[in-house]
Amino acid sequence: MKIIALSPLPSSPASCGRPNFLGAKKWVARTSRAMTAVGLMLCGSSALAQPPAGVVAYVGNTGIPGPAPVLIQNAKIYTLGSQGTLANGELLIMSGKIARVDINSLPMPGAKIIDAKGKPVTPGLMVSNSELGAIEIDLVGETNDSGPGQDLSAFDADGTDSPTLKETIASAAFDVSDAINPNSTLIAVARIRGVTRSLTAPAIGSGVFSGHAAVIDLGLGPNLVEKTRVGMVANLEPAGGPGAPSRPLIWAQFREMMDDAREYQAQRAAYHRPGGARDQRSSRIDLDALADVVEGREPLLVYVNRVSTIRQVLAYCRANKIKLVILGGSEAWMAASDLAAAHVPVVIDTELNLPNTFSDIGATLKNAARLDAAGVLVAFQPQSNGLAHYARTITQIAGNAVANGMKWDHALAAITRNPAEIWGLADSYGTLEPGKDADVVIWDGDPLEVTSAPTAVFIKGQQMPMTSRQTALRERYRDAAQQNPSAGYH
Amino acid sequence: MDISKLPAWGAAVIVVATLALAWWLIPGLHQGGDKQVADQFPADPFPSTYKPRPSQPTLIRGATVLTGTDKELANADVLMQGGKIAGVGVHLDAPSGAVVIDGKGKFVTPGIIDIHSHLGVYPSPSNEATQDGNEATKPVTAEVRAENSVWPQDPGFTRALAGGVTTMEILPGSANLIGGRSAVLKNVWATTTQAMKFPGAPYDLKMACGENPKRVYGQKGGPQTQMGDIAGYRAAFAKAQAYRNTWRKYWKTKAGDPPDRDLGLETLALVLDKQIPVQMHCYRADQMATMIDVAKEFGFRIAAFHHASEAYKVADLLRRNDVCAVMWADWWGFKMEAYDGIPEDIAMVDHAGACATIHSDDPIGIQRLNQEVALAMAAGRRMGYRITRAHAVAWMTRNPAKALGILKQTGTLENGKMADVVVWDGDPFSVYSHAQKVFVDGALLYDRDNPELSPRSDFELGQESNGHTGGAGQ
Repeated sequence: MKIIALSPLPSSPASCGRPNFLGAKKWVARTSRAMTAVGLMLCGSSALAQPPAGVVAYVGNTGIPGPAPVLIQNAKIYTLGSQGTLANGELLIMSGKIARVDINSLPMPGAKIIDAKGKPVTPGLMVSNSELGAIEIDLVGETNDSGPGQDLSAFDADGTDSPTLKETIASAAFDVSDAINPNSTLIAVARIRGVTRSLTAPAIGSGVFSGHAAVIDLGLGPNLVEKTRVGMVANLEPAGGPGAPSRPLIWAQFREMMDDAREYQAQRAAYHRPGGARDQRSSRIDLDALADVVEGREPLLVYVNRVSTIRQVLAYCRANKIKLVILGGSEAWMAASDLAAAHVPVVIDTELNLPNTFSDIGATLKNAARLDAAGVLVAFQPQSNGLAHYARTITQIAGNAVANGMKWDHALAAITRNPAEIWGLADSYGTLEPGKDADVVIWDGDPLEVTSAPTAVFIKGQQMPMTSRQTALRERYRDAAQQNPSAGYH
Repeated sequence: MDISKLPAWGAAVIVVATLALAWWLIPGLHQGGDKQVADQFPADPFPSTYKPRPSQPTLIRGATVLTGTDKELANADVLMQGGKIAGVGVHLDAPSGAVVIDGKGKFVTPGIIDIHSHLGVYPSPSNEATQDGNEATKPVTAEVRAENSVWPQDPGFTRALAGGVTTMEILPGSANLIGGRSAVLKNVWATTTQAMKFPGAPYDLKMACGENPKRVYGQKGGPQTQMGDIAGYRAAFAKAQAYRNTWRKYWKTKAGDPPDRDLGLETLALVLDKQIPVQMHCYRADQMATMIDVAKEFGFRIAAFHHASEAYKVADLLRRNDVCAVMWADWWGFKMEAYDGIPEDIAMVDHAGACATIHSDDPIGIQRLNQEVALAMAAGRRMGYRITRAHAVAWMTRNPAKALGILKQTGTLENGKMADVVVWDGDPFSVYSHAQKVFVDGALLYDRDNPELSPRSDFELGQESNGHTGGAGQ
């Protein structure tokens, strides 16, 4: 291991970031073990205590354990943290972390310098309620692990409706983290458009519970799963169609399973003794899966659109001390103040403005702006008809929220800082603050604009190749017209 | 003219000429075996009753105008009069009584045309009662017409209008090899489909390649394979050839009773006579090449391949055969045959000199086709193509009009065309811009600043939740 001594850093408040004093302190505490391991000291820590005479070292070009530092200069940096937006700042990435965000230019010998030429720099983006990593092709069953399995014969030939999912014994016990494929081609497709994290959730199923969601990063792997059991997906909207359960039946099933899970937790040992517990309809694995939900540790991610049902689930979760996140939420704006008061976040697709069912009569493009204005913590999902393939639409989803009244920086927060808070990642992701994972994107224009794209993407400090299976196809056929590859046909 | 005042021979000439004209014009009076079947079969049983809405002469002054003909005019004017485009240029005079709109900072484009929509046939709300887009009872249903399924009260029409869409082709779904006839509609509020029907627009026939017919019919008697798909089209058109011959023989000889009418074969006979072009749902390059061969075998015309995820692989083939590709900006991967879709598809097809067109196939996507074109344009620029917005705007205006055979009437801002016009409050290729005013045949039908002109369908009236929204889904 090669340790390189660097020139002392000035200890001015501006450089070592008095504004991020708190963030830095938190970071030191959290990462002290890792720092010790690599003998790393950074500016943020030197601002806290008198550092060893300005010595800053990093693990250098041996490749162990991380790449050389990267200094992004001359950037418009949207930190989404206490430093706000720096019109012309620089950002230092070291050992996978954001080491420093500053308005001053500081020497960093040995660092790879990237001149952002005044372009925007943001945190890597996060999609919420995606299926990234769990699906390759919706209609190729063995590549679609977003749900328990498909009955393709029930698929609408028009290609727009979701496949009907088979009923299985396991519902709550379904854990999407078992499905994550780091080699899915969708990962790179989303990554080169600035998406670095995903809350990957099981598809909304025909039963009440669909299983555990997970947080993944979109890096090069081999393991993308960042956090498991991040939320339990439940569906309280009737699916419609012949034999589909009505609202009261859905609620009866929902309550029964929650009650069973509570009772099961209370007498788990007894349950396993022959005759030791009441015979419960739910399977043991499903009841186990709900343990953290009924204990208020793992949030319930409830897909619900009709405002009356939103109020109903709010009341249920308040009474039972359940953590709640609303998915869908097309009429959520009508209960915005109640959601804000209960600190219940909402994950929406901002483009949905049709009465797709009778539960969406109040759907409007203003949903995001109204929820946000009322103080609801809002996060965005990709376009609903392609929760995995269209992860890259997340910027367009945010841009359309702005076009319909949401503040620009709030919309950016809905795909960075807000999901970090909702999914319990705020310590390590969501803002450009020292100590956080260096998920950093440099853009060629306004990141929420449909004509913009990243020019560089970093995930946990590692610069990503800007290639995907799609860019490979593009390059193969780039000169197709000139080369006349199909000339043999006619 | 009073023929009593003419000399007798003159009156005789007129009478003979009139009879000759009638003999020529009235179907059935002059039929010969080689006459086009279009003139023989009964006329459209569902004629358009569309009437342009009342309009005032309107001058948009000092806007950035994207004409749809590859031109961007700065600080230019657009004049609409009598429902038509009456002038595009600088310093146009406002006729007396004209409404003058300050176009400063605004953009003007032709009305957007969505060549692939299921509004009305798969309307909102989506439930068992409203699923009218696929007659999935047998693989060939050339006899059905989308216009007979359209529900004019679909709230989706209002949303599309707010997105600047003035003309739509409503297609049957893609369950069937041959799904039925399309309906080309103007996006006006109406209580009947006939009152929306674009006057003079040709019918199209919807056909579908690949996975969908296989999935729907694989276990119901087929087709079960791609080769089954192709055999299915060919069998249908072979039958239509025989049907056409039977009628031709009858028209020539008038011997015996007329043959039985078959509505499906009648449609296919019109396709064989190139009276009805085909709008062909195909994703893969090889499927498109095969269908071009089938079209050549039977002598019908494919106007466009829809979805066309792999059009970029055979762009030259499309150009040489004058077939448009109808594409998404960035949809892909939802099924095997869409796995190779790329965001540069539209730009690469366009770059190869073929006709590239955006489409929505979706009631949400139809509301922001301008953004989809922007995505496609930006993807093309990033791979090094020089694409102006003056050029890209044609992907949602001129090119779909061409593929629908209505370019003479709409699709560009040129004098004498229908005044289907959108005023944008900024660059239409920005996510932050809105269609601010939408004119159909010169009539202002949507105005973002006027709640009276933010339509709600009958379905939405009196619904508590909808009453608090801005109308048109805003």
